[in-house]
Amino acid sequence: MHDRQSLARTFRQLLPDECVIFREEELIPYECDGLSAYRQVPLIVLIPYTTDQVEGILKYCNLHQVPVVARGSGTGLSGGALPHEQGVLLSLARLNQILEVDCDNMQARVQPGVRNLAVSEAVKVHGLYYAPDPSSQIACSIGGNVAENAGGVHCLKYGLTLHNVLQVTMITIDGEKVILGCGGYDAPGLDLLTLITGSEGMLGVVVEVLVKLLPIPERQQVVLAAFDDIETAGDAVAEIIAQGILPAGLEMMDNLSIRAAEDFVHAGYPTNAQAILLCEVDGTDDEVSEEILLVRKILLQSGATQVRTAVDEQERIKFWAGRKNAFPAVGRLSPDYYCMDGTIPRSQLGKVLKMIGEMSERYKLRCANVFHAGDGNLHPLILYDANNPGELEKAETFGGEILELCVAVGGTITGEHGVGMEKINQMCAQFPDEELQTFHDVKGVFDPHSLLNPGKAIPTLARCAEFGAMHVHAGKLRFPELERF
Amino acid sequence: MTMDRDCSEALQTTVLDAMNNTKALQLVGSGSKQFYGREAQGEILSLADHRGIISYEPTELVITARAGTPLKEIEAALLEKGQMLPFEPPHFAGRGTIGGAIAAGLSGPRRPWGGAPRDLLLGIKLLDGRGRILRFGGQVMKNVAGYDLSRLMAGALGTLGILLEVSIKVLPKPPHEHTLTFSSQEQDGWSLIHTMLRKAIPITATYSQGEQHKLRLACHEQRLKQIQGTYGMLTVDHQHGFWQALRDQELDLFQQQRPLWRLSVPPAAKLNLPGESLNEWSGGLHWLISDHPASEIRTLVEKQAGHAILFRNGDRSNEVFHPLQPRVAELQQKLKQVFDPKGIFNPGRHYSHY
Ligand SMILES: Cc1cc2nc3c(=O)[nH]c(=O)nc-3n(C[C@H](O)[C@H](O)[C@H](O)COP(=O)(O)OP(=O)(O)OC[C@H]3O[C@@H](n4cnc5c(N)ncnc54)[C@H](O)[C@@H]3O)c2cc1C
Repeated sequence: MHDRQSLARTFRQLLPDECVIFREEELIPYECDGLSAYRQVPLIVLIPYTTDQVEGILKYCNLHQVPVVARGSGTGLSGGALPHEQGVLLSLARLNQILEVDCDNMQARVQPGVRNLAVSEAVKVHGLYYAPDPSSQIACSIGGNVAENAGGVHCLKYGLTLHNVLQVTMITIDGEKVILGCGGYDAPGLDLLTLITGSEGMLGVVVEVLVKLLPIPERQQVVLAAFDDIETAGDAVAEIIAQGILPAGLEMMDNLSIRAAEDFVHAGYPTNAQAILLCEVDGTDDEVSEEILLVRKILLQSGATQVRTAVDEQERIKFWAGRKNAFPAVGRLSPDYYCMDGTIPRSQLGKVLKMIGEMSERYKLRCANVFHAGDGNLHPLILYDANNPGELEKAETFGGEILELCVAVGGTITGEHGVGMEKINQMCAQFPDEELQTFHDVKGVFDPHSLLNPGKAIPTLARCAEFGAMHVHAGKLRFPELERF
Repeated sequence: MTMDRDCSEALQTTVLDAMNNTKALQLVGSGSKQFYGREAQGEILSLADHRGIISYEPTELVITARAGTPLKEIEAALLEKGQMLPFEPPHFAGRGTIGGAIAAGLSGPRRPWGGAPRDLLLGIKLLDGRGRILRFGGQVMKNVAGYDLSRLMAGALGTLGILLEVSIKVLPKPPHEHTLTFSSQEQDGWSLIHTMLRKAIPITATYSQGEQHKLRLACHEQRLKQIQGTYGMLTVDHQHGFWQALRDQELDLFQQQRPLWRLSVPPAAKLNLPGESLNEWSGGLHWLISDHPASEIRTLVEKQAGHAILFRNGDRSNEVFHPLQPRVAELQQKLKQVFDPKGIFNPGRHYSHY
């Protein structure tokens, strides 16, 4: 057991006073991340200014076996930054400098606490931008993006965080600095950078990131297509890809999300449509004009009831505002919502959405669907009211069932939000014991005493045994009708 | 044509036997990259019979194949649907398997725009050094469940396990690609290429050797004319097969029997190279023929935040890959222990310490 007061005294010797937060009322704001259903007040919060201070903190924690949870901006949706009751919550918010913009190499060196959008804003004068654009980009940090391998609406064409990061400087739990990746296109040895990306703060603390910048496209244009039927919209997505088009963004929303978004931001969406697709193309003026014509043709041939090209930049931004604000918009429909994040092969979309609809009726909870259609990443938003006893649990069971369905059709329980605390049980549905054990072994290589974000991301085998026993009712697997992958 | 076959079980038996007897295995696909890496040791285990495309869904942009499947076969299947392997893997001597391409982690001229094997690898079935068959990743584009252990295999040179199956993201092949050529001073050539990149000109490959430069562009003819109009001095090059010759190292520079170095640096790095060289990837990758001491070459690129590999020829009993930060080397060694505790796979092929 560690004691709050004595830890505070120790850390105040290591750090300036304002970096050490230990009064109960000041700790409250840190009790959860974007997944507010899970809360835990940390023992102490540390907000260092420098990498050296991060090293010092980790050395101390390693020596005294104090758990450490790293935190960027706390927008994560899987409880990854949920504090440990016996541990330090290490906020990287003060490491917030853009250290260098290198236009010749189209790279920027930034600290982990820099907000995602701040990078693009800072390099805009050079005609450059940082491509990954999670909808939370005004708030979320680059460090958090690396830890979650964050995606965005443009990752079909421009890739995930993984594809846009060249080098990461990380502090290991024993306070040593390691540099992974290189200034060029590849690095020597095993590709540890890929392993760190998406590792949810379990293997080390990211203190510096070299990101790749891209030239801002000359023109971006978006087409909005309405459909009477969600499956038809799904087929239209496949058809666009089959025709050799790689849109910059390809997003889908179902009727409930369309209506919510329309009420919230007046994006100009057709509220009677069962589904809309937003398809963005970018490039030179001519290329965009040509591709837009082609996309419109494909959409109409694929059964769209209406196809609208944004008339100007203002309308383009409005179309996107609806999509980017879909979560808060849906949030207005209900006191609480629970955001899921499965990925499925696109061909399974119709089937999966139909089954989600059936679950929604069975659980008597509404569910809105927002979908990164281009890369098969589905965000069902389950609406519930935590004030109604048992409803949160019901929402969680419903969510769990959706994720297991994603696995059953050949997909995964999380495309971009991470496992964190939230999907730990569903990891048991996705991975057999040997794979899980391998994950634990890899964790052990970096963090032998399991001090970094303990208990998250990878379930213990014992937990899975328990979960499995609870889960396979009367020897029956869920979704027996589906072919297993 | 060779039959598609799943040899997983036989391979597993061989691996278990090797593990029990601590016997080193040298993993070989088609043998096209035998020259690469440190001197190979151990009994040869051929993976060429474990072959065949398992699934290919063009609208999902993913192909899954057994490791021994020839690159040629994969590329032909993709081409039929107007798609390609975006990393443009080299087929040295016309050979190469998909497993070997991923394990070696090498990419061709399209790399800066199409990605590397690590970027495109979505999932694997792995036979590890404990004889376990493990699956990591999957067939979907986005997947952050668990650590990304599939991508870790890209470029690991088979030291962590045998890739039984790989799932790879594929992309539409640009319908038209053209080559433009121009001559100018080395630095001016780089500047022009760089200016074009900053303007998002659809470059998909670059080559510079002395004063000769070539660019590959993915656009239709009309746009090509516009670009020529804007940047002047660019003439259309009708020479067929140039990029393939560059990719497969069939150009003259590569024919010499002297040490060939591969230098990976930030594209704007200014290198004063001790020997004959050419570069691609808009300056991010240099090929150098040089008898200079390894340490000097390594220092030179390190100063530019890059790294150097002794790619062909030279002393292959010493380290050929760039030395690692000691802590990083230790992490790698421990990861090796996780997957291959007895050190049976390709011992010493990557680094002397594992
Ligand atoms: C409205 C909304 C929309 C969203 N849209 C998207 C989206 O489109 N795409 C998407 O991918 N995500 C999205 N997210 C999820 C979230 O924004 C991302 O996961 C983001 O990357 C988290 O960044 P953060 O700085 O807030 O990290 P946090 O929430 O603070 O932390 C997330 C995880 O990273 C770890 N971590 C943070 N910093 C570091 C560090 N420096 N070193 C090591 N580990 C660290 C934490 O321990 C934790 O496990 C959305 C969230 C919200 C609320």
